[in-house]
Amino acid sequence: MHPDLLSVQDVSVSFSTEGGTAHVLDAVSLTLRLGEIMGLVGESGCGKTTLARTILGALPPNARVRGAAISFDGRDLLTIDPREAASEIRGRAITFVPQDPFSAFNPLFTVGDQIFELMRWKSPDRRPFEAGYNRARRRSDRDRALTLLRRVQLPDPERLLKKYPHELSGGQRQRLMIAMALLPEPRLVIADEPTTALDVTIQAQILMLLRQLAVERGVSVLLTTHDLGTAWEICDRVTVMYAGQTLETAPIDAFFQAPALPYTRLLLDSLPSGEAPLRGIPGEVPSLVSAPSGCRFHPRCPSASEVCRVSRPPLSEPGPGHWVRCHHGLVG
Amino acid sequence: MGAILELHDLHTRFPIYNAWGRRTGWLRAVDGVSLTVTRGDVLGVVGESGCGKTTIGKTIAGIHAPAAGSIRFEGHDISTLSPRQGRAFRKGLQYCYQDPGASLDPHWRIGRSLSEPLAIHTGLSRTDRHARVREVLAAVGLPEGHLTLYPHEISGGQQRRVGLARILMVQPSLVVLDEPTSGLDVSVQAIVLRLFLDLRERFGLTYLFISHDLAVVRLMSQRIAVMYLGRVVELGVTEQVFVAPRHPYTRSLLAAVPVVGGRRVSTDFALEGEPPDPVNKPTGCAFRTRCERAEARCAAEEPALRTLANGIQAACHFAE
Repeated sequence: MHPDLLSVQDVSVSFSTEGGTAHVLDAVSLTLRLGEIMGLVGESGCGKTTLARTILGALPPNARVRGAAISFDGRDLLTIDPREAASEIRGRAITFVPQDPFSAFNPLFTVGDQIFELMRWKSPDRRPFEAGYNRARRRSDRDRALTLLRRVQLPDPERLLKKYPHELSGGQRQRLMIAMALLPEPRLVIADEPTTALDVTIQAQILMLLRQLAVERGVSVLLTTHDLGTAWEICDRVTVMYAGQTLETAPIDAFFQAPALPYTRLLLDSLPSGEAPLRGIPGEVPSLVSAPSGCRFHPRCPSASEVCRVSRPPLSEPGPGHWVRCHHGLVG
Repeated sequence: MGAILELHDLHTRFPIYNAWGRRTGWLRAVDGVSLTVTRGDVLGVVGESGCGKTTIGKTIAGIHAPAAGSIRFEGHDISTLSPRQGRAFRKGLQYCYQDPGASLDPHWRIGRSLSEPLAIHTGLSRTDRHARVREVLAAVGLPEGHLTLYPHEISGGQQRRVGLARILMVQPSLVVLDEPTSGLDVSVQAIVLRLFLDLRERFGLTYLFISHDLAVVRLMSQRIAVMYLGRVVELGVTEQVFVAPRHPYTRSLLAAVPVVGGRRVSTDFALEGEPPDPVNKPTGCAFRTRCERAEARCAAEEPALRTLANGIQAACHFAE
């Protein structure tokens, strides 16, 4: 068994808003092993992106984080010196692939400028607190960048460096984004809905590439998605979130073939398929300012009972490596 | 039953200007499309972004003027009518926008948005309008209290219901649904799709269902048109097309869709590259630049849509 690279323990995040305090993450736990691709799935507003940003340390200033620990590679990201986090962790050991490859680039600078701006600070060759950017390092960074751009199948990388972002298609920009996320040689890549804005044919190409690169370089990937098909394609394990709580974690096959959580079953039943009649989930995702007590899914859950309303379900293990938080969690 | 909508050799194009305002070319968004929609059916239109599927919907709805070709709706050619004349016929033909959140007036309460089409298209009195609004609101499954809310106060799924209710107000016979479930979560999508099917039965609607989501189109439509760079490349009964696609593009498109619990697409997906620039389309078959089977003939002559043995129409020299 691979050791854990990242372990999030009982982390809560709240935002103070005009309407009151929104409890966006409620005692969330998650582990990510070395070299695995973990899918974080859930509907919009369930807290996937907030969790990703919490790990990255990139929350807006009105956020309040409480929790036991976020340990990454032996260091606790909750108590780490902010300067160390900025220079060694963020953008270096942990990198980020954003959802929208259209707005992630600065339209006024060439692709090359943006790559060198990144590498000036985040290159694996940079010595700690090195401020300059000498010619030798620039040359090795350039070689490294060209190799990687070729690897992500971008045509004519030399010329690409002189192009502006608007001259690239959506698929090319997402390839470029993935290349840039890998350039600092990170241990963990957080990909936030990396294929949502792309067509299926391009999505298939990008997912294939992401998986190959993760395996090749031994990088762990935390992939947030609302699309269960995407999770099925490339993840090793999946964690389901609902209204700010992590409710089920399972190896990919167990997750799709024997989900223990009623919410997961309902999500899978909502997928359009040839045979079964369509079933959605009645009701709406609750407001996080006044979230339901106990299990946050109980108002919409077909198997909810009194205990679900009163107490938060304990963690149980219906199968090997398969964890679920449900009072009525079903096995098999 | 007969055809409710017939498109014959429809062309829609947009001028391309350079930085000095001089026209340098045309973007042929819809490039010779002929289609027939049978009354009561759902015709799915699929393709990658930029293939012209939305432009077809908007041309039918009269939002873009066709450059050539005809659109016959319920027997009348509506492509050549002036907007004023067209309005009378188009009452029965409604277009449902991709993002109803953006197409509802944020300053108007939902009740006002819903009764506006009635005020324009019918001579109903105020009380009759109110009664009709309530009736349709109930049909799309929204509580009456929503009439006094503003669009931003309701969820995305509810905004779609409002968008649909607004269209149903004028009792259309054909509804163009443009990406009606994009941006919705699967749990909400399933409920909205079921609503579309219920309303179709109840109001006798015909849908032109435009979507990039192939699984949804398979579920919803009886017939399907696959588009690539402004042209229909394959047209036929949905199940037949999904089970045995004849055009290499359709095959690649279907192969790209992840099937939960099935074969993983990303292990051996073959289609490389991206669609070419629609302003400078390749000669001959537009798909040849990405096609495995492309030969010299594909560059020389453009394949016409022809009917194959099983009734599917495909535009490929090698389809059989």
